[in-house]
Amino acid sequence: MQTQTTATRQQLPDAAGEPPAIELIGINKSFGNVRANRDIDLSIKKGSIHGIVGENGAGKSTLMSILYGFYQADSGEIKVNGKKVHIAGPRAAIAAGIGMVHQHFMLVENISVLENVVLGAEDGPWLKGSLDRARTHLEKLAREYELEVDPDALICDLSVGFQQRVEILKALYRGADILILDEPTGVLTPSQADHLFQIFEQLKQQGKTIILITHKLREIMAVTDTVSVMRQGAMTAEVKTSETSPAQLAELMVGRPILMRVEKTKSQPGEPILQVDDLRVFNQQGVERIKGISLSVHAGEIVGVAGVAGNGQSELLETIAGIRHAKSGTVRIGGVAAGVTGNSNAKTLRHLGVSHVPEDRHKMGMIGPFEEWENSVLGLHDEPENSGGFIMKIQTILQHADDQMQRYDIRPPNVHLRAENFSGGNQQKIVLAREIDREPQLLLIGQPTRGVDIGAIEFIHKQIIELRDRGNAILLVSVELEEIMSLSDRIIVMFDGHISGERDPEFTNEKELGLLMAGINEAAQ
Amino acid sequence: MNQDLPRWADMVLIPALNLAMALLMSGLVVIIIGENPIEAMKYLVYGSLGYGEGIGYTLYYATNFIFTGLAVAVAFHAGLFNIGGEGQAYVAGIGVAIACLWLDNTHWLIVFPLAIFGGAAFGALWAAIPGYLQAKRGSHIVITTIMFNFIASALLVYLLVNVMKVPGSMATETRSFEAGAHLPFMSDIFAWFGLKIEKSPLNLSFFLAIAASVAVWILIWKTKLGYAMRTLGFSSTAALYAGISPARIIIIAMSISGALAGLMAVNEIMGVQHRLLLGYTAGYGFVGIAVALMGRNHPVGIFFAAILFGMLYQGGAELAFEMPAITRDMIVVIQGMVILFTGAMDHMFRPTVARLLSFTRSQQEGA
Amino acid sequence: METIELAIQVLDSGLRLTALLLFACLAGLFSERSGIFDIGLEGKLLGAAFAAGAGAAVTGSAWLGLLCGIGVSVVLSLMHGLASITFRGNQIISGVAINFLAAGMAILFGQAWFGRGGNTPSVTGAAKFNDISLPLVDTLNNVPVIGMLYRELISGHTILVYIAFAFVPLTWFILFRTRFGLRLRAVGECPEAVDTAGISVIWLRYRAVIICGILCGFGGAYLSISQNSFFVRDMSAGKGFVALAALIFARWMPFNALVSCLLFGILEASAIAFQGITIPGIGEIPVQFIQALPYILTVILLAGFVGKAVPPKAGGVPYVKER
Repeated sequence: MQTQTTATRQQLPDAAGEPPAIELIGINKSFGNVRANRDIDLSIKKGSIHGIVGENGAGKSTLMSILYGFYQADSGEIKVNGKKVHIAGPRAAIAAGIGMVHQHFMLVENISVLENVVLGAEDGPWLKGSLDRARTHLEKLAREYELEVDPDALICDLSVGFQQRVEILKALYRGADILILDEPTGVLTPSQADHLFQIFEQLKQQGKTIILITHKLREIMAVTDTVSVMRQGAMTAEVKTSETSPAQLAELMVGRPILMRVEKTKSQPGEPILQVDDLRVFNQQGVERIKGISLSVHAGEIVGVAGVAGNGQSELLETIAGIRHAKSGTVRIGGVAAGVTGNSNAKTLRHLGVSHVPEDRHKMGMIGPFEEWENSVLGLHDEPENSGGFIMKIQTILQHADDQMQRYDIRPPNVHLRAENFSGGNQQKIVLAREIDREPQLLLIGQPTRGVDIGAIEFIHKQIIELRDRGNAILLVSVELEEIMSLSDRIIVMFDGHISGERDPEFTNEKELGLLMAGINEAAQ
Repeated sequence: MNQDLPRWADMVLIPALNLAMALLMSGLVVIIIGENPIEAMKYLVYGSLGYGEGIGYTLYYATNFIFTGLAVAVAFHAGLFNIGGEGQAYVAGIGVAIACLWLDNTHWLIVFPLAIFGGAAFGALWAAIPGYLQAKRGSHIVITTIMFNFIASALLVYLLVNVMKVPGSMATETRSFEAGAHLPFMSDIFAWFGLKIEKSPLNLSFFLAIAASVAVWILIWKTKLGYAMRTLGFSSTAALYAGISPARIIIIAMSISGALAGLMAVNEIMGVQHRLLLGYTAGYGFVGIAVALMGRNHPVGIFFAAILFGMLYQGGAELAFEMPAITRDMIVVIQGMVILFTGAMDHMFRPTVARLLSFTRSQQEGA
Repeated sequence: METIELAIQVLDSGLRLTALLLFACLAGLFSERSGIFDIGLEGKLLGAAFAAGAGAAVTGSAWLGLLCGIGVSVVLSLMHGLASITFRGNQIISGVAINFLAAGMAILFGQAWFGRGGNTPSVTGAAKFNDISLPLVDTLNNVPVIGMLYRELISGHTILVYIAFAFVPLTWFILFRTRFGLRLRAVGECPEAVDTAGISVIWLRYRAVIICGILCGFGGAYLSISQNSFFVRDMSAGKGFVALAALIFARWMPFNALVSCLLFGILEASAIAFQGITIPGIGEIPVQFIQALPYILTVILLAGFVGKAVPPKAGGVPYVKER
């Protein structure tokens, strides 16, 4: 296989009229009744960096999965370097010189970097030869592209940045000429992302073609040569990056101009509702994830927590919600100590007036196979209004759920529909309705608009601000800087379990926040 | 499950297809042995439903299977696979026997509630330990309950050889209970109302089994405990989010499950055998797995599945008598087939059925 | 001297039990390393024991009997594969089904074919694996201690015992020094990584369960035509489950498996030897307690009072390509 790809590389014409690295013609793909890709045409010039932008669910990942052989297109044609190819599976894609770095890394955690690189690209039935060859090859690649990784380290001991390097090395080791990266910066700090972009430049200079899938316009503007926009399964535009603007791309993505700013009045902070003092939290593996955090949220105030995913924000939310226990420190709600170091649980915190819209609604905030009415009391099922002693008050719950569906415009308004059969936006509304309807003192809300359509985003943002205006406190966690900046009255940035800075959204910008997210506090230096 | 099948297809059609497949394969086994499966089927059905005593036996077996099936189902709803119903029922026999031996000179009305309590408590205890180990120590409940089956059987051998045996007797069993610890047989109950039915081991416990089914239905779908169990069964993180303690629910669910399995001992020990003896559970605890799978973990489904297995056990005995080549081990084979096709290969027919149904639906819409 | 002889006796029969546990334990190792849980080891042992007993009785050849045992065990493995790999069913349930099918069919066919209440006819001579005497037994016989140990412990087992022990380093080599082993370790932890590397998850897992079947085939044959000379009802007597426990105890590592199987094997052998023995101050230890000890120990081990056993991450979960 190795020799095969080298051969392909050599027969490339170097004339000006060389064929595109990738050409897709009329690609269609449906899952049941959902048309994930419709009549996609795409042509990517060899040696270029091409961006594909679109909202979640626009069909970007499906398209790339077809290119990588994970799915078969229902119709359409794929050409690689001008030659028509049939990509029946990842093996065929690799043979055609296509490599992919998935959003969720495809790495085996308990084996070494070397073994991960070799997996599937072994020379023969015995491992030793393969591993020795890979070791020398990796050293060479590391020098060429500044991709140093300890080949004998176990994946689980590496940081996400290094794990991503291993993914890129895997593709290069297999002789990939075309590299697809699916949302590669979601787990990286801005500076790590910048380093990744430098690697892109080096790869480009070596004649590699890069396809970058993202929904972050900043990245598109910073690194790509050309960009395609996808919306609802269709390719809506293909433009040169130098000839477009973020505003234009955003409009193309959603089909109508979106308001980047949410309308809201200045906050009138009142009494402190949430007071966190010197909180320390360890995860199950005994790693310290929150390293002594103190913060407060006042009545009538939205405090946004910004940061790259995995810097302790999830643990912070879950600890205040009572799901996770802290090692030390205190959490007080309206002046009452919540006992998060020991005997509290989610119920204790709810009784103190805390509501929680969790970051991952599928795993935590709702139960897919439960009907809507059952989900409308998740966490409240044994409150006196829903349960008398042993038996649940099902009639009362049904009526209340029905009423809630009307008020929060949850569609279709059928309390007996299973939660998994609602759209993402409506699922989020089910969770939000349940949590806001209690008129909580403090609302904890994580990634409020992840996987939610534009229309629902506006509705959800409006609900959050209305709750604030009624004098309640809100702690918002989001990895979307735009969301943080437009909703928050105060912004806290988390890095590596610490608070790396606090800013007023009126007097900061994405660049400054980006530095804080990387742990660099210029004001402090 | 989320392959968007209509409810009736999910609850009736698929189980029926799976069952048909299991019976077909079992028929094949009969053919390989060199017997006629149609003939065998006739004996089986006649033996189980053809005459009064046969029906009585069928329902007597079904009583056991309702209890053990409910036991598996309750644990299943909380996301636990309780494979230890056999051991739990076995140990529960001790509790029932203690109640019966202690008060068998009184009246069965006095002994009955105590026997129920004894069986349920011993069964619950034997299930609660693996539940506790799963909840607090993370030991895999499947493996632990398997081990507890073996430990239970060693325990019973020890007790019946060294402690509870009649001194001087060779038989490894307790003394027979006096009439005060005999549950009335169904024929006796009918006789109270002046009706006459044929004698069989079917006894009052059958009504206890029906009551248990109703109780389980209420528990799972109408109570907050059932809600908490189902929440945990689908997602332990969602349970934590909802303020439900997974450890607590695991232990409670396992205790209820073990108690239900334990009630089987009331039917066997107080209802029929009238003494505690070695190996009286005879694998009925394992049948509960097949029954729960076939009954889709719903009490109504379990009731019918239990009757079906009751027919197999009773009809199988008749069959072994009429066709000696087909021993009672045939039942074990059919049981295996049912577990395989309704449990493990549940997905086999789903895609086809879903496609056929959507095809006919679009045809109708087109017309 | 008497105690030494008794000790050697216990160790000797412990080794014989260990061989059986090793076959089943390593079988489970291959399956579970690939992400397929297997509580059907017991059924496969039993099915193979019957097939080997029947095959040896009919053909008069122990090796053909072994082949029959392997055949049946592999068929059962493939059923498990069909249910849990192809139809993505519940692996525990499938394992339970296989245990029932094997237990029922063995007796049913045994009765239909041999009419001995399910037993297979007793085999002798070439139809049975006989003890072999290793070279140098006589030469070393006069060397004190070593001579006796060699004669009593090392020598005088059937070929299958030596094969069982040889499978330990072989399994280690396959797992950590071959391409297949690398892929096997990977697919049980992260099948997506294997799939995106262009390797078929399904075929890889099928190969793992087939190997599991082959090893259980050896184990079954060992039961009926090496340790004994015919098949009887329920002759696996829960050893498949003990092997499963040994596998967990071994944390899915081949050489650890050797240690845990030896421990359980010798424990059981000593239970038989030390029946009714009285311990001063405690009194007589009931036989049943010693018999239940492997199970009790397993529960204690599983409860993590002695370290923690982390199974392969993707174990028990059918592989579905995500959308």
